[in-house]
Amino acid sequence: MIEAEGLSKQFEDFLAVDSINLQVNAGEVLALLGPNGAGKTTTVRMLTSVLRPTRGWARVAGYDVVKEAARVRAAVGVLTEQHGLYERMPAPAYLDFFGKIYHMEAAARRDRIRSLLEGFGLDPDDQRPTGEYSKGMRQKLALARALIHDPPVLLLDEPTSAMDPESARLVRDAIHGLRSANRAIIICTHNLPEAEELADQIAIIRRGRIIIQGSSTELKQRFLGPAEFEVRFNTSQNGSLPDLPDQIQLTSQGEGWFRYQTEQPQEMNPVLLQRLLAHDFAVVSLQEVNRSLEQVYLQAINTPEPSKDLNDVG
Amino acid sequence: MWADLKPAFVVAWREIRDMFRDWRIIIPIVGLTVFFPFLMNFTARQVVGYVQQYGANLLATRFIPFLLMIVGFFPITVSLVIALESFAGESERHSIEPLLSSPLTDLQLYLGKLLASLVPPVLASMLGIGVYLVGVNRSVGWNAPPLFLLQIILLTSVQALVMVSGAVVVSTQTTSVRAANLLSSFIIIPMALLIQGEAVVMLWGSDEILWWIILGEIVISGMLMRAGIAHFNREELLGRELDVLNLHRSWGVFKNAFIGEARSFKEWISVEVWKTLKKTAIPLAFSLLLLPVGLWVGFYLSEKLNISPALLNLKQIMDMNAGIASGLRESGFISPGAVLYIWLHNLRVVLLATLAGVFSFGVFGIFILLAPLALMGFLAQMATTAGIDRWNFLAAFSLPHGFLEFPAIIITCALIMRVGATMVTPAQDQSISDSWLRALADWLKIVLVLVVPLFLVAAIVEVYVTPYTISFFLGR
Repeated sequence: MIEAEGLSKQFEDFLAVDSINLQVNAGEVLALLGPNGAGKTTTVRMLTSVLRPTRGWARVAGYDVVKEAARVRAAVGVLTEQHGLYERMPAPAYLDFFGKIYHMEAAARRDRIRSLLEGFGLDPDDQRPTGEYSKGMRQKLALARALIHDPPVLLLDEPTSAMDPESARLVRDAIHGLRSANRAIIICTHNLPEAEELADQIAIIRRGRIIIQGSSTELKQRFLGPAEFEVRFNTSQNGSLPDLPDQIQLTSQGEGWFRYQTEQPQEMNPVLLQRLLAHDFAVVSLQEVNRSLEQVYLQAINTPEPSKDLNDVG
Repeated sequence: MWADLKPAFVVAWREIRDMFRDWRIIIPIVGLTVFFPFLMNFTARQVVGYVQQYGANLLATRFIPFLLMIVGFFPITVSLVIALESFAGESERHSIEPLLSSPLTDLQLYLGKLLASLVPPVLASMLGIGVYLVGVNRSVGWNAPPLFLLQIILLTSVQALVMVSGAVVVSTQTTSVRAANLLSSFIIIPMALLIQGEAVVMLWGSDEILWWIILGEIVISGMLMRAGIAHFNREELLGRELDVLNLHRSWGVFKNAFIGEARSFKEWISVEVWKTLKKTAIPLAFSLLLLPVGLWVGFYLSEKLNISPALLNLKQIMDMNAGIASGLRESGFISPGAVLYIWLHNLRVVLLATLAGVFSFGVFGIFILLAPLALMGFLAQMATTAGIDRWNFLAAFSLPHGFLEFPAIIITCALIMRVGATMVTPAQDQSISDSWLRALADWLKIVLVLVVPLFLVAAIVEVYVTPYTISFFLGR
C-alpha cells in the first residue's frame, strides 16, 4: 500500500529527507517518530504528492507519487499537523465541501457526513461555526475530513493532539478499527505510548534519516537488551539468593526483590521459579518489567551520529 | 471541460459564501456599491450646476463619465484585499494544506480562488455603476453612450483582474497576510498611477486611448496570471516555511551563477560569457526585431501628431555645413568630458531600464530603451517634412557610433527581457528568488563584458567621429 525507496527531499541547500525506505501494507500502522524538524511532515507531504521528491521513489495505493499525483491524492486521507479548518463554516458544510472536492455524490456525502460526525461524537446538525469548537472537537472534525472519502491509505499527523483522554481514546479506537478494515496508516506523533499502542512498526527519524525501524518489541530488544523480569518475595525471608542459571543475569536487587534479564524467558523463568521455591523463597510475584518506548527513543535520538547498521533492525 | 472546471467553481462558491459571513468585507462592498454612487451623483449635480454658470459645459460632459469610472473602480479595490486574504491568508491559517492534499489541480485551485476574489467586487462595481447611471439620468439627464459604457465595464473588470492576479503573485512569495499586505504596494502604486493616467485621458476626452489602456491591462493581467499559475503550486506554497532574508545564501547563489564553472578569467570570458549569451539567444532575437518597431513607432507618431517642422527648428539642420565639427570643438563638446558624460548617461539608462524592467516583467525596461529609437524615428520622419531624406537623417545621427550603440541596446534589451521573464517562468526545482538572482548574475556578466565597453567606445566615436558624419550627410 505504501512503499518508498531512497526517498529524499532537498530544499535549496537543506536536505530535509535523506534516503528513506518504507513499506506499510494494508492493515498495518507505522508510527513515524522524531524531534521537531526531523523530516516527518516533509515525508508525509511527499507521500501525498504535495511535494515532489528530489530523489528516490514512492508508490501509494499502487500509484506513483510523481507520475500519478492526482490518483495518489484521491486515494489518501491526510490529517495535517495544523487542523486548518474554515472557522466561519459549520462542520456539516465543511465536510460537504471536501466531499464535493473528492467527487462524492450528494446522497453519499450526506450519509457519510452524518456517520462520521456521530462516530466522533459531534452533532451532525450543529450549525455553529467551527471557530466556536474546542481544540479537541476541531481535531476530530479534521480527522473526519481526512476520512470523508473512505481512503485506503491514511497519513495522520498528531491524530490525538489537544484531545481530552476520552476523545483520544475514541480516536485511537477509530484507528484500530481502520487498521482492522485493511487501511494502511502512517502516524506521525510525539505521543510514544500511543505509538506503541497503535503501531505495528515504529520508525525513528532524525535529521531526515530513519535511524531505526522495527516493531516495538524488536526496538526494545535492540536498545534495552533482553526482556527484564522482577521477582518479589516475602521480605521475612533471610539469606542470599540461590545460584542462578547461566542464562539469567542479575541486573539489580533490593530487600525482598531482584531483577534479571534473560533471552529465553519461556525456558528460564520456570527453572528459576522452581529453584527459588526449592530454597524456600516465598515468591509473591514474577513479572516482566515494563520498559517504555521513551527509553528507546531517547537512546536512539541521543546516539551521536546515525550509522547505517542501526537501520532496519526488523 | 465542465468536469475540469467544476472543482474550481466549488472552491469559488465556498469562498464567496465564506466571504459573505465576514462583516469586514460586506460593509465596504455595500458602502462602495450603494452609498458612494449617491455621493458621486451629488458631486456630478454640483459640478454641472457650477460649470454651467460659466458656460463651461465641456467640463461637465467630461466630468460625469470620469465619475462613472471612479464609481466603477472603488468597489473593485476590495478585490485586492479579498485576494490577499484568500491566497496568503489561507497559507497563514494552514487551511490550504487540506486543499493541496486533495485531488484538486493547482490550476483548479488557482481559478477557484481567482473567481472568488473577482466576482463579488466586479458585481458590486456593476451595481454601483447602475446606481450612478440611474442617478445622473434622473438628476442631469445624462446617458452613457453604449460604447463608452462597454469601455468602462471592460476597464473596471480588467483592473480587478490585474489587481487580483498581481495579488496572487505577491501572495506566493510570502507566508503571511502581513507580508503580503506590505508587498501589495507593488500593485497599489502602479494602479494608483494608472488611475491617474486614465483620469487624464478621460478628462482629455480621448476615448480611443482607453481601448489601448484596456488592451495593455489585458496583456499585463495575462502576464500576471501566467506568473501566478507558475508560482501558485504545491511545491512553492509548502516548500517555503519562513520569509527570512538570507543575504549570505543569496550572495552565494549570485556568485556561483556569476562565476559559473570557470577556473580562470580567460575561461570565464571564453566559456561562461559565451554560454550566457547562448542562453540569451531568444530574447536577443526578439530585441533585434524590436529595433525596427521602435523606429516605426516614431515614424507613425510623427505622421499622426502632424507637428509643424518649424516648431522643431529643423531648418537649422539644413543649414549645417562642414564647420559643425569645428563649432563643436570650440564649444568644448569634442572632449574627454563629453565622452564620459555620454557614456555615464547611457549606463544610467541601462540601470534605470533594468530597474523598471524588474518591476514590470521587462516591459517598461524595454520601453525605456525603445524610447530613443522612437524619438529618432519621430525626428527622422519630421525631417522629411523639412526636405531631408529620413534615412540620411538617421545615418547622419546614428553612424558610425550606432554600429556599437545599437548592439549594446539590443543586448541590454534582451537581458532585461530575460530578467523579467524569470518572474513569469520559474525554472524547475528552483525558487523564484534563485532564478531571479541567476538571471541578474547573467545580466551583470554581459553588461560588464559587452555593454559597458561597447557604450564606452560608442561614446568616444560619437564625440570624435559622429560630428564629421553629420557634416558629411547633411552638410551643404
